Amino acid sequence: MLLKSNPWVRCIVGMLLMFSNSAWAEWAVNLSPGATEISREVYDLHMIVFWISVWIGVVVFGVMFWSVFAHRKSKGAVASQFHESTVVELIWTAIPFAILVAMAIPATATLIKVYDSSEAKIDVKVTGYQWKWHYDYMNEKVSFFSNLQTSQDEIYNRAPKGENYLLEVDEPLVIPAKTKVRFLFTANDVIHSWWVPDLAVKRDAIPGFVNESWTYVDQPGTYRGQCAELCGKDHGFMPIVVVVKEQDDYQKWMKERQALASKERELKDKKFSKEQLMTRGEEAYAKNCAGCHNIDGTGIPPQFPALKGSQMAIADKAGHLDIVINGKPGTYMAAFGPQLSEVDLAAIITYERNAWGNNTGDVIQPIEIVKFKAGK
Amino acid sequence: MSAVIDVHDHGHHGPARGLMRWVLTTNHKDIGTMYLWFSFIMFLTGGAMAMIIRAELFEPGMQLIEPEFFNQMTTMHGLIMVFGAVMPAFVGLANWQVPLMIGAPDMALPRLNNLSFWILPFAFALLLSTLFMEAGAPNFGWTFYAPLSTTYAPSTVTFFIFGVHIMGASSIMGAINIIATILNMRAPGMTLMKMPLFVWTWLITAYLLIAVMPVLAGVVTMMLMDIHFGTSFFSAAGGGDPVLFQHVFWFFGHPEVYIMILPAFGIVSQIIPTFSRKKLFGYTSMVYATSSIAFLSFLVWAHHMFTVGMPLAGELFFMYSTMLIAVPTGVKVFNWVTTMFKGSLSFETPMLFSCAFVVLFTLGGFSGLMLAIAPVDFQYHDTYFVVAHFHYVLVPGAIFGIFAAVYYWLPKWCGHMYDETLAKLHFWLSFVGMNLAFFPMHFVGLAGMPRRIPDYALQFADFNQISSVGAFMFGATQWLFLYIVIKTIRGGKEATQEVWENPEGLEWTVPSPAPYHTFSTPPEVK
Repeated sequence: MLLKSNPWVRCIVGMLLMFSNSAWAEWAVNLSPGATEISREVYDLHMIVFWISVWIGVVVFGVMFWSVFAHRKSKGAVASQFHESTVVELIWTAIPFAILVAMAIPATATLIKVYDSSEAKIDVKVTGYQWKWHYDYMNEKVSFFSNLQTSQDEIYNRAPKGENYLLEVDEPLVIPAKTKVRFLFTANDVIHSWWVPDLAVKRDAIPGFVNESWTYVDQPGTYRGQCAELCGKDHGFMPIVVVVKEQDDYQKWMKERQALASKERELKDKKFSKEQLMTRGEEAYAKNCAGCHNIDGTGIPPQFPALKGSQMAIADKAGHLDIVINGKPGTYMAAFGPQLSEVDLAAIITYERNAWGNNTGDVIQPIEIVKFKAGK
Repeated sequence: MSAVIDVHDHGHHGPARGLMRWVLTTNHKDIGTMYLWFSFIMFLTGGAMAMIIRAELFEPGMQLIEPEFFNQMTTMHGLIMVFGAVMPAFVGLANWQVPLMIGAPDMALPRLNNLSFWILPFAFALLLSTLFMEAGAPNFGWTFYAPLSTTYAPSTVTFFIFGVHIMGASSIMGAINIIATILNMRAPGMTLMKMPLFVWTWLITAYLLIAVMPVLAGVVTMMLMDIHFGTSFFSAAGGGDPVLFQHVFWFFGHPEVYIMILPAFGIVSQIIPTFSRKKLFGYTSMVYATSSIAFLSFLVWAHHMFTVGMPLAGELFFMYSTMLIAVPTGVKVFNWVTTMFKGSLSFETPMLFSCAFVVLFTLGGFSGLMLAIAPVDFQYHDTYFVVAHFHYVLVPGAIFGIFAAVYYWLPKWCGHMYDETLAKLHFWLSFVGMNLAFFPMHFVGLAGMPRRIPDYALQFADFNQISSVGAFMFGATQWLFLYIVIKTIRGGKEATQEVWENPEGLEWTVPSPAPYHTFSTPPEVK
């Protein structure tokens, strides 16, 4: 597989392929018609406008290239002296105008449909965070974060990249097929934009405001997308995965999630051993903290301070709880209190106070987090 | 560089010697020269950043730089190219050419002219100095959306704000000067409808600048207040609205993109008739079309914001008004093509760049029309399709327009012909490199690659490699341009007074090189 091995070879072959039609199929060069009625309408509109543009281009550039070849001075062409015609100007004002009206009619019809989010069966609140998504099934008491699953080793070329490199998450959004689902978009920090091309849904998630959109997917499947609005350092690393299940499977999944959620709520009264907290903490740290503070706790100073050997992580326990739970306004440090469970918070803080040579021996139990929150 | 004293006619008013000539000059030719050199330095600086971006994007995975620095590069690349390369280049061309083309001895306000140039290096020194600061350069995109650019910005954002303030002041002063010159200093007999199109398009551009640069100053001042003085214009927590930022920004931003293209329209409208040996077709309609584009540019700003959740009526209004812009733009393209039709064409380098301009700018226009269709824009918005679109209107649009202008007027400025063979090589390498760099971006954009990401999914790898190769080729080629220009300044075939075959315009009635002072006695225009 020479093509796969050498980027330069691939590149040259790629340039040659650009001009051969048979290669189109393997190279993604166009919008996907997608998985919903709306996405197919959008695709058709796209193709209509594309072909109109192609034909206008053929005519205009045709005349131009004809002139370039036929009316050359070197071929002895003598210039005509015509230089104005009101009739011609009026014609080429009126014809494009008529074409535009013809385009605007189907575009308006589709846009009106996109804006009709009435009679949705399920509401999902989608919240953008730096740099992950939070999904809240508003009538089901189920909510969770969705983080990038691709490992740092893959990103930094220390491990081979998987098939869905950068487009895979730990917890996908799950919705049922053949059901109208309404999304309510908002954000916790900066503006994000939730985009899944196959659903033709892209809507900005704006802090302090709620936007809405909807989808109705015909077929079960997995649909992938990414954040589309620059939202800071890891804008390129907050993908979206939507898993569409059949009605029954969706109900089953929802039951499991609800059971899991209530179990998780009970855990906060339990006492854990240091080993349990360290194991859970390492996992939760990798998911929630390592993006800024690095997997080895060295951070990216000055914006993202190191935790390894920091005064806060080895001495100031109350300060440590405070900054993790309440964040630090005016910096990148978000308030994780409302984002994570008490168990995860306890595990992360325990981990940070004992990992990378921060050997404080401190063990923080979930109940301390509950008390700290209540004390505020 | 090029303004040589003509001892026979004007020797008593030559330029001063040494560095102070450039610091103190009020001569439109000297100031034009400085603007052009400044913009070229910025073009190489912003270009170097583009090379870093393309090098990182050559392969999937993070290889050379960190995501944080990648964001600084995309931000600085955009800001420098827009405010440092394209805009000063057009102002430089206006400084050289507007007085020569309307038969005026100089700009109307020469001291203001000096000031408006000399504050620019300070603005960019402020902006570029952030690269060497601990907090890093601005990293929130050249569109600097709040709250990423306010609450969540690095502390260097204040340098950025003051830099933008100074650039804005420079542009406003430049625009006032150009309007005052064109309206007051035309040679006797040159009525408005006899002005060359380059002068017309610059007059309209100058009005756009005066209208929108204060809006830009306003929006960065609001940011400054939010960051340092506790206001909440753009923060919902204090009763403000992040979307307000986008409305104000794009009310500036959309006319701004026409500021970067209208003077190029004027340039090709000068060049195509010369090398077609035929008068421009539809001069009057060109003037009206340019005015309509400028007027419409104030009514379309929210097409950059189709996904922010505007009401349906808003989406429809901005969709229709944006589509409408295709009409006057189409008229201009048809006029250029008809000018060439049945002409007697030759293809010196300015004409090559102008022909590429017409074709490739029109391609950018087509993708612009596609982007105007709101429901489809939901799929294109913030993807590489948009990156492809605006690079097609800015690189073969604005930048090729500037190259064409330099090759067209350089013999008049320095009295020597440029090396035609090398210049054609410059054109073809730029043409191929630029298309290789930007055409595949349409494909990856449609296939789903968002813009402003430092790393991407595997299916986008091949086209990104092609883009990178094209970008390196385009970037390297610009050193050839520098070589050609220096070579022309230092020597070469003597240029005649007319330079080209029967070109139209007053600039061809003065000797080559144009003396330090021209049109001390106004010419008569019939």
